[in-house]
Amino acid sequence: MAPIVSRGFRGRRAADVDPARIPPGQYVTADFPVLSAGPTPHTALELWDFSIVGELAEPRDWTWEEFRALPSEEITRDIHCVTKWTKLDTVWRGVSVDTLLEGIETAAEFVTQYSDGGYTTNLPLGDVTGAKAWVVFAYDGQPLEPEHGGPARMLVPHHYFWKSAKWVRGLRLHSTDEPGFWETNGYHNYGDPWREQRYAGD
Amino acid sequence: MAGTALRGRLTWQLAELVKAVAETPRVKTIVFDVPGWPGHRAGQHVDVRLTAEDGYQAERSYSIASAPTGTRVALTVQRLEDGEVSPYLTDELRPGDTIELRGPIGGYFVWEPSEGGPLMLVAGGSGIVPLMAMIRTRAAAGDNTKTRLLYSSRSQDDVIYRDELERLSGNGLTVAHALTDSQPPGWTSYARRVDAEMLAEVSPSPAERPRFYACGPTPFVEAVAESLVRLGHDTRAIRTERFGPTGR
Amino acid sequence: MGELMLDGNAIAGLLQEVFAVEMTTAIGTCGGCGAAGPVGAVHVYRGAGIVLRCPHCNNVLAKIVKNDSQVWIDFQGIRTLEVAV
Repeated sequence: MAPIVSRGFRGRRAADVDPARIPPGQYVTADFPVLSAGPTPHTALELWDFSIVGELAEPRDWTWEEFRALPSEEITRDIHCVTKWTKLDTVWRGVSVDTLLEGIETAAEFVTQYSDGGYTTNLPLGDVTGAKAWVVFAYDGQPLEPEHGGPARMLVPHHYFWKSAKWVRGLRLHSTDEPGFWETNGYHNYGDPWREQRYAGD
Repeated sequence: MAGTALRGRLTWQLAELVKAVAETPRVKTIVFDVPGWPGHRAGQHVDVRLTAEDGYQAERSYSIASAPTGTRVALTVQRLEDGEVSPYLTDELRPGDTIELRGPIGGYFVWEPSEGGPLMLVAGGSGIVPLMAMIRTRAAAGDNTKTRLLYSSRSQDDVIYRDELERLSGNGLTVAHALTDSQPPGWTSYARRVDAEMLAEVSPSPAERPRFYACGPTPFVEAVAESLVRLGHDTRAIRTERFGPTGR
Repeated sequence: MGELMLDGNAIAGLLQEVFAVEMTTAIGTCGGCGAAGPVGAVHVYRGAGIVLRCPHCNNVLAKIVKNDSQVWIDFQGIRTLEVAV
């Protein structure tokens, strides 16, 4: 049975948006929905670190102070969740992955983001380099709240947002692709919102 | 009914609004006629689905408030400030309008008179809804199972079903209210959040082997369940249903 | 935040849609810690998909992803599931 339209129901969505900014099947929201695969981790900054590990000559590691001392930038982007909401012009502050990988020599072609709580998500290395990905620590001018992934999360806005891991603690470089938490269970391995790659087989 | 599985895939069906009743300034009971409704058990819920003209859909679950009565299904909905669905149900929906729903759903957070007691119901805010279905089902069956309700609300104006609860008290049902934010002059019942001491005062002792049903926001339910276990009650005798936002 | 966590009751409709049987009374055994309990009492999180976690050890019991025509379920965290039929 085709769904029946409920008279007068609109949902809480923004109108007057340039349709060219909205990937297929998405709806613009003014809220910032909080979605999570598990309880919010709370890692003390004194214990937090960010690592680059895997197939590289020497793993790298930054404490919170060292990470915050790296050059950072303000990034404004639209974000798209596979659950169909899109949020326009989100403003973040963070460190480009290019900065974190500067000078690293690797034959790896793939990267896995890994987080407190065990979440992982995978991408080709080329999709986090060339000014396409950041480790962000502030949203809308304020320190990133724990429920939104703070103290730091990934921002990879040209993919569906499950590919931007909250509570990120590092990147693992591999020569083989390692499907992550959702990629192994139905969500698309690449996840391009503009080609509507939501589910495996799309 | 233990061990009897409910069979069959759920399907979406049309429900027509027949009546809406304001319960409190923020809460409304909406009564639907659902053709072919098979009846339900107290504690079960329905999933509601709304579709906008452009195809946008939102889905929510609501506990059934009524005892089974033919094809009528009553839902009691709290209008959430930033809600996407609740304001539509409480403010926009008019008698004659239709929505899609499926149900009845659930088997764990369910009580029937045949299951006996003593029954201890603990409600936080809108968590009263499925517990009220249990109380109404008990009353409709003329059942005398020893039942106690501890119901936490912010203020007296926020107490849902206030008059009906008073009317149904007696015949083995006792109701204790906790008002957490403000109390009317002369208030003699609890004036603080539910805690272990309050639960110990109101609940049957572990030796009586009571059956607990706790429902409300997640932090409320977590605190209640934890307190009950610390008071010596069997975890398996405590059934919980957490209400929460879909993630704002 | 604790507020976001729900329990198995919240996905009762989804599970019945998939299995054609009421599932919240099914008893699951956690593959992580061995604790057993009703599916109605498991912790449920909504991320990109749905995650069921053991209320004792937080182990991922199951992941569920659904669209209009398919459901993907990863049950690896559940050692056994006992369902009344």
